[in-house]
Amino acid sequence: MIAVKHLNKSYATRAGQVSALQDINLHIEKGEIFGIIGASGAGKSTLIRCLNLLERPDTGSVEVGGVAITDLKGKQLRLARRRIGMIFQQFNLLEAKTVYGNVAFPLRVAGFSKPETKRRVAEILELVGLSDKADVYPSQLSGGQKQRVGIARALAVEPAVLLSDEATSALDPQTTHSILELLQDINRKLQITIVLITHEMDVLRHICDNAAVIEGGRIVESGPVEQLFYRPESETAKQFVNIFNYYKDGNTQEKAVIMR
Amino acid sequence: MKEDMVELLWTGLQQTLYMVAWSSVFALLLGSLLGVTLVVTEKGGVLPAPRVNGLLSTAINGVRSIPFIILIVLLLPLSRLIVGTSLGPTAAIVSLSIGAAPFLGRIIESSLREVEPGKIEAAKSVGAHPFTIIAQVIIPEALPALVRGMTIAVISITEFTAVAGAIGAGGLGSLAIRFGYQRFRTDILIGTVLLIILIVQILQWTGDYVSRAIDRKRCKSE
Ligand SMILES: Nc1ncnc2c1ncn2[C@@H]1O[C@H](COP(=O)(O)OP(=O)(O)OP(=O)(O)O)[C@@H](O)[C@H]1O
Ligand SMILES: [Mg+2]
Repeated sequence: MIAVKHLNKSYATRAGQVSALQDINLHIEKGEIFGIIGASGAGKSTLIRCLNLLERPDTGSVEVGGVAITDLKGKQLRLARRRIGMIFQQFNLLEAKTVYGNVAFPLRVAGFSKPETKRRVAEILELVGLSDKADVYPSQLSGGQKQRVGIARALAVEPAVLLSDEATSALDPQTTHSILELLQDINRKLQITIVLITHEMDVLRHICDNAAVIEGGRIVESGPVEQLFYRPESETAKQFVNIFNYYKDGNTQEKAVIMR
Repeated sequence: MKEDMVELLWTGLQQTLYMVAWSSVFALLLGSLLGVTLVVTEKGGVLPAPRVNGLLSTAINGVRSIPFIILIVLLLPLSRLIVGTSLGPTAAIVSLSIGAAPFLGRIIESSLREVEPGKIEAAKSVGAHPFTIIAQVIIPEALPALVRGMTIAVISITEFTAVAGAIGAGGLGSLAIRFGYQRFRTDILIGTVLLIILIVQILQWTGDYVSRAIDRKRCKSE
């Protein structure tokens, strides 16, 4: 579904060129939930933003659903982006619009008619469990509800891929759990491919099939999540597993819920 | 106090309101164009065009650094060209609009900049056209800030109007100078000052009310 080849990205800063990603190669299968884990500043956001070209790579290619995204611009790129939904850590909902308006936005952009939009919004709000909140403004919602709206907006035009940049990092453990369940549910029901960025091992273990570990802008390890867990090879993965085990042994109430 | 006072003040008030209203409309139109262009054309904006941005920014700074009273004089020929005279309230509207537009442009620019980049990215990620992003995301999201900024601008235009009165624009400003200053009519001077204070207060109240109403509708108390 997604193929990244020899991707490099650097930023021009006052201190000169700063390399954020080096020679990234990834292969993500259709219908899987793929995790990318790494420490702060490792390049996770940069990488996921290269997948829908919010950030344009310097060199290398990104292919999504057989389309070489990196070759597109203007209208072609806008059309391609409709096949790739995205959710964000800070939700990024429009405060001037109601929940309905937020979810309808991508539908309007894609040229859906009024009745179609209405039907589709109702359907998708049902899916994320917010049917009763259609006329509410985002500032009246809890974090978890906001992220559900974010998910509804991202899924409105039925994309083939969903990108998630730390979508649960601003949420408490219980809410995180419910959002992850929702993502898993969506993945099964809609056969959508999900790429999920996180710095929490919990999240990986909970819903991902395969994952890659990113360290200093390079992918240092990738494979099935089980393998990363039981035979971590990279320093980052080892550290994450250690932290995870430390908290697990702490056996707090909250963690117990997530582990269930 | 003399019996001509009420009539003088009434005419002055009408002229001032006339100038403030039309100058605000034109300055707002011009200023919105400048402000939106400044924001969208900058590096990383939705329609990046760094050269246009740099030129526009320099031009705005240029006009803004000219003292207003000198700007009016510079723009007199233009007034004559557009409205056929360089005297009176209608002529002053030309100078006032052009003089205030760069200021409004900056105010609108800074209001639009308050929109979190994440919201714009979210719109980009669903494949929205840059014009859609401007009309549906940037402007509506910045609306309360825009209203507050425009209130400041319209109040400034009211002040500029009084200054323009000094060189033949009419209105309360010219009353204050012709009668209050040159003929020692203290009653008229005080009358004009009170009226200008009243106008400014009403403008501020209205602006606060509207921006708060928008925030309240979106359920966001300051
Ligand atoms: N716009 C930018 N300009 C300059 N440098 C940037 C920019 N965006 C990211 N970087 C740099 O690129 C590197 C990777 O950043 P990125 O945001 O991808 O990290 P991350 O893994 O998402 O971190 P976090 O977990 O904190 O979100 C960092 O060193 C960062 O400072
Ligand atoms: Mg990040």
